[in-house]
Amino acid sequence: MSSDINTRIAKKYIFSNKKLTTVAVMGVLLGMSVYIFMNSLLVGFDRSSNTSIFRSTSHIRVYKDDEISQVLVNDPKDHYIIVNPKVVPNNNTIINPDKIQSIILAQKDVVVVTPQVNSNVFYNNGKSQISGLSVGIKPDEANLMYDIKSFMVEGNFDLLKSKPNGIVIGSGISEKMNLSVNDNINLTSSKGINRTFKIVGIFKTNNSVTDKSKSYINIAASQQLLKQGNSYITDINVNIKNPEKAEEIAKKISDLTGYKAEGWKQANETLMATNKMRKMIITFVSLTILLVAGFGIYNILNMTVSQKINDIAILKAMGFKGKDVIRIFVTQAVTIGLMGVIAGVIMATILITLLKRVYLGGDIGYFPVDYEPTKFVQGVVIGLIITFFAGYIPAKKAAKIDPVDIFRK
Amino acid sequence: METILKTEQINKFFYDPVEFQVLKQIEFEVKKGEFLSMIGKSGSGKSTLLYILSTMDTDYTGKLFIDSQLTTGLTKDQLAEIRNEKIGFVFQFHYLLAEFSCLENVMIPAIKLGKLSEQEIEARAYEKLKMLGLQDQALKPASKLSGGQQQRVAIARALINDPLIIMGDEPTGNLDSKNTDIVFDIFQELTRSYGQTIIAVTHDDEFAHKSDRIIEMKDGEILR
Repeated sequence: MSSDINTRIAKKYIFSNKKLTTVAVMGVLLGMSVYIFMNSLLVGFDRSSNTSIFRSTSHIRVYKDDEISQVLVNDPKDHYIIVNPKVVPNNNTIINPDKIQSIILAQKDVVVVTPQVNSNVFYNNGKSQISGLSVGIKPDEANLMYDIKSFMVEGNFDLLKSKPNGIVIGSGISEKMNLSVNDNINLTSSKGINRTFKIVGIFKTNNSVTDKSKSYINIAASQQLLKQGNSYITDINVNIKNPEKAEEIAKKISDLTGYKAEGWKQANETLMATNKMRKMIITFVSLTILLVAGFGIYNILNMTVSQKINDIAILKAMGFKGKDVIRIFVTQAVTIGLMGVIAGVIMATILITLLKRVYLGGDIGYFPVDYEPTKFVQGVVIGLIITFFAGYIPAKKAAKIDPVDIFRK
Repeated sequence: METILKTEQINKFFYDPVEFQVLKQIEFEVKKGEFLSMIGKSGSGKSTLLYILSTMDTDYTGKLFIDSQLTTGLTKDQLAEIRNEKIGFVFQFHYLLAEFSCLENVMIPAIKLGKLSEQEIEARAYEKLKMLGLQDQALKPASKLSGGQQQRVAIARALINDPLIIMGDEPTGNLDSKNTDIVFDIFQELTRSYGQTIIAVTHDDEFAHKSDRIIEMKDGEILR
């Protein structure tokens, strides 16, 4: 009953000064919607950049690292040895790739494991020549890993399975060389091997460098281009359930197999640094805006406390305790906060709905923003915490008012 | 006669700007149903004494008993509860909550006390306003009333919890003579017909002389 009267007084204060209340609510609304929107955008950015990374990069890449020659004699006290360590001219093939693959596949969280042989090639058609990278894959497994079918624009990716000399080329190559599906294309490898392939499909990733240089062929064809047998595997690619755990699982694989295993974040360090920077800036800016909204509430409550100083004095004279006074003003702040938060959530939803439909083009396509429930919840919680404290500080001040000081003025 | 309020050797000092004793060994009793006026020049300590009696000022030495209960040394929250239940206040500046209607202003201390239901409180508040001739103003916002009417609302508010004592700090200080008479008549009526105890600080000698008992203060001491 007595807490009820506190709420009623708080409500009266909120609705009797609509202008102040509206300004405070608008502040929270803006802070809230910008916070949710920007953070949802951040998630969207990360997701879209990850999607484009995972079109050409696996979560983990296992390969044989170059070895540095070791000093044979370990006793430099007795002998003077001239040491000049160099990369050992070793073959960088993975020995017994099938066994390694089955070891990796047995690991928890591993979804796809597929071998890959990359070969630098020249694409020739008549007199025109383009240098590029031909990726030797096992079509089914590679599609599982990179979802190649999702960015095919012409032809049929599945034909690669039945045609040993099939090739899927990037749209840039097809444009430059005026090639379409069912045309022939000649590839020259770094080992001087020349082979003619039949185009079974064309893909387009929207990344022009990739589209102008990359092609997919069967792994066996790639091995032939490099003059190697069918056990020649340079890379084993691994996809796992949660890409965020790549580093951790890579280390485990590395320990188990003895080959170097590298997570995608390590392989894309520049991009990761950019992401991190973006994250920091957005988090900082959005939190600042939310904090400014908090200052708005703080200010307005401070003002209310000064205006209502006589009310507070008389309430205390009539038997309201310090905590009742705190409750009155905190209720006021939290109510303003709640109204602002609800309006902010609606506003953020509208903003996201509108911007989702904006087409940016290029690698990104549509504006990479979506409704992120975690960010909504996060925004609401942080918003309410800030408004609580923005109200609590002036409320505490109000609670400390000594009524005698006011009455004796 | 039952003693409602009693002080024992109350002393109070101000330290700012220099040490100064405002109250010196104040000892007196107030009986139930008394209409007591405290007079004295500015700086005689009468208001200071009233605020000590009201339990709002706790910075003094000596003992204060209200309703035979020692209130000296109680926590602020305990004192707030005592004020809520046992003391009603009427001030010079009426201090009504401007956003609330007269009726709500009268009801607030009772809702805070929480002993009665909302309907019972409302009925009581109406009754008090009627007693003071304000039933027609009940639903108007407090700020829309004249000074004399506002002071009567404040008296109704002071009465709502049937307090043991009503304390007034210059209750007629801001009123014209007509309203002063009205307020005085109300106070007298309250003591005569309802046995209400009233302690009022006033500058108005006429007001004081019509009351039952006068305490005159000078330089922090009771003269009579």
